[in-house]
Amino acid sequence: MLDHDILIVGGGLTGLRAAVGLCGRFNVGLISKVYPVRSHSIAAQGGINAALTNNPDSRDDSWEKHTFDTIKGSDYLADQDAVEIMCKEAIKIVYEMEHWGCPFSRFPDGTIAQRPFGGAGYPRTCYSSDITGHVLLNTLYERAVAKGVKIYPEWFVTALCIEEGRCHGVVALDIRTGELIPVRAKATFFGTGGYGRVYQHSTNALINTGSGIGMAYKAGAPLKDMEFVQFHPTCLIGTNILMTEACRGEGGYLFNNQGERFMQRYVPTAMELAPRDIVSRCIQTEINEGRGFEHPLGKYIQLDLRHLGSEKIIERLPGIRNICIDFIGIDPIIEPIPIMPCQHYSMGGIDVNERCASDIRGFYAGGECSCVSVHGGNRLGGNSLLETIVFGKLAAQAIAEDLAGGGALPDEKPLLNLKDEVEQKLRRLAIPGRGKPYRIQAELGAVLDEKVGIFRIRGEMEQALQKIAELKEEYRNVGVSSTARYMNFELINALELEYMLEVAHTITLGALLREESRGAHFRTDFKTRNDGDWLKHTIARMGSDGGPVISFKKVVITRYQPMERKY
Amino acid sequence: MIKANAYTFKILRYDAKEPGSGPCFATYRIKVIPGLTILAVLIRIRDEIDGTLAFRCSCRSAVCGSCAMVINGKIDLACRTQVAIFDTDTIILEPLPNFEVIRDLVVDMTPFWNMYEKVQPYLIRNSPTPEKEIPQSEEERKRIDQYVNCMLCACCYGACPVLAREPDYIGPAAAAKLERFVLDSRDERPAGTLDVFNDEKGVWACDTLFRCIDACPKDVRPTDGIVGLRKAMVKNRFQKKLGKTKDEA
Repeated sequence: MLDHDILIVGGGLTGLRAAVGLCGRFNVGLISKVYPVRSHSIAAQGGINAALTNNPDSRDDSWEKHTFDTIKGSDYLADQDAVEIMCKEAIKIVYEMEHWGCPFSRFPDGTIAQRPFGGAGYPRTCYSSDITGHVLLNTLYERAVAKGVKIYPEWFVTALCIEEGRCHGVVALDIRTGELIPVRAKATFFGTGGYGRVYQHSTNALINTGSGIGMAYKAGAPLKDMEFVQFHPTCLIGTNILMTEACRGEGGYLFNNQGERFMQRYVPTAMELAPRDIVSRCIQTEINEGRGFEHPLGKYIQLDLRHLGSEKIIERLPGIRNICIDFIGIDPIIEPIPIMPCQHYSMGGIDVNERCASDIRGFYAGGECSCVSVHGGNRLGGNSLLETIVFGKLAAQAIAEDLAGGGALPDEKPLLNLKDEVEQKLRRLAIPGRGKPYRIQAELGAVLDEKVGIFRIRGEMEQALQKIAELKEEYRNVGVSSTARYMNFELINALELEYMLEVAHTITLGALLREESRGAHFRTDFKTRNDGDWLKHTIARMGSDGGPVISFKKVVITRYQPMERKY
Repeated sequence: MIKANAYTFKILRYDAKEPGSGPCFATYRIKVIPGLTILAVLIRIRDEIDGTLAFRCSCRSAVCGSCAMVINGKIDLACRTQVAIFDTDTIILEPLPNFEVIRDLVVDMTPFWNMYEKVQPYLIRNSPTPEKEIPQSEEERKRIDQYVNCMLCACCYGACPVLAREPDYIGPAAAAKLERFVLDSRDERPAGTLDVFNDEKGVWACDTLFRCIDACPKDVRPTDGIVGLRKAMVKNRFQKKLGKTKDEA
């Protein structure tokens, strides 16, 4: 048994920021299934929003305007008190990251550079060319090294221990040795990231299975707004690697096969810089109506950067150019980029408040695995990096307050019982002759893509629920090739798959129940927003039969009354 | 260009927990299509043929640095290397050199991270923190550009001939990281912090063969950093003799 005051799970921006805030004052341990710098935060490209007013076109910007844009972008589903906190805090944390060494790009006057992003009234997205996640994650990892944070790299958390409304810690698998280790903590914080890989086409890293979300749910923590899934408009065909919104922020155009800048027909004012949910639907409509281009890897729309000129592309979007050359053999200076929309981000997640506290004593969550909610029905570009760092910081403050009286370590008995359960699960998975996990994962991804995607309708989602139930049944007979527990990545995939199925189930059921269209959730059978019935969060809890039970929670409205969302 | 419908993949397999069985190549025949990457092949082998194959991966888009290995004799990331780029339909995969192998293509990165931590890879300042950003000109920011791009994939570490004979050498990635901070207009580390690397296991060990530059998937030039550090150290020594160093300032 390993003991810590505070256990942090996840080595991305949220987990590292929380660890940095708590280290020194408490005995902190951070578990990550990869080396922290391999976390998916590294892949964020475009930037982080804060109303610094550095851009000559943003002198009138303010955190209040940032708040309004975020709430409007959320289609009024975000909790407004939490958004206010995030946007106010944004300015402080961007300066803090800079003071810790983050190499932001600069304006000629030596201030942090800011670029325009979708759904924002002013250019307020701070960036470092197109590797903003990379520089932020490295800076926070550097800070964690400087502060001597105790990190357990390549440990995989297999289960979360909650008993009688109290979190006890986790049972972790040391990937290198194969040892199963109960970790006890007064407070456990999850910064475990999103669930992109539940979908077949996703921009997310292969490690983004959402197992942290599924694990919390299975242990008894409620999930919020799971039906809100962001589809990014511009993902490379084939590999689905993200082509940052900064491509459009810097002036890129979208063209259909008629050579038409089709956004003109849908959103003539904002054009390509309308929010992501809207642009994704426009692109999908163009493709569905036969105005896409054909390619062996799928139908696509063109993202054209050529008119920006080679100098601007090389300076502002060098990473994008490299990815295009490496992965599809196209130089965006010479040719348009073939793109399609695909899964990108999870607005929903573990239900927590603005202190990142869940309703389970001692259990906290932040970043993409959580739902505070600051993104509501649709997240604005540049607000995700922001959320990770702001709520990593605020979670650290909240946990420090909650443990100020000292607090006793929880009882170890439930953890030892849970370890036995995991032990049995591992033995079961190693029985020879069972089905392989990858098949189930492939079928799950395909059904979510096809039936719980950008456009949703009752009949298809009912079919998806049926399929998920079948896959859950098949999972009971899944197994791995080897009884060895060390460096057994197939075993980890099999363990994660159980949680992926749960996550998919909550997404689909939430989407089926929500009979309206709001933000990224678009029902072709209920095409408009319905504030009378649906201005509320969905909360999913695991019921006694193992399926999700949905209840509802009020949306916090402070200053901004819901209006029609027009751009 | 694709050379055949199916390729032969030979993967050097080894399990440090079963040293008796020794390293040996396992051979797999895999159907290929244009655009297929080495990482996609590895995933297919693990999923469909042999679940015990061990390798690291995360982003699959050449930004996280997980999947560095030797591919037909050249060090690169498996995720950004397409099978079609080789002149042959046989592809040989081996773990990154200069590291102990844990299992198959997974190496023990501990010495790499130890060197990284040793260079104090973080911004060090004495001046009071301003309310807003510490000003930095575009030109000053550009100076550290190539070093900022480093994703700690250890391709350079695997390629370094000095590390092959001198495991205590600081290595190209850590040196490049140190130079990233020394060159940063905001960093105020005392000149003395470089002294630990001012010897034959530090920056003077480099043979300037530029293998690290060849191996880097992000166009970082660690040798530039090593040369830069050497210059800074020589300059510090002269300034010390003249009685004015950053330490005493």
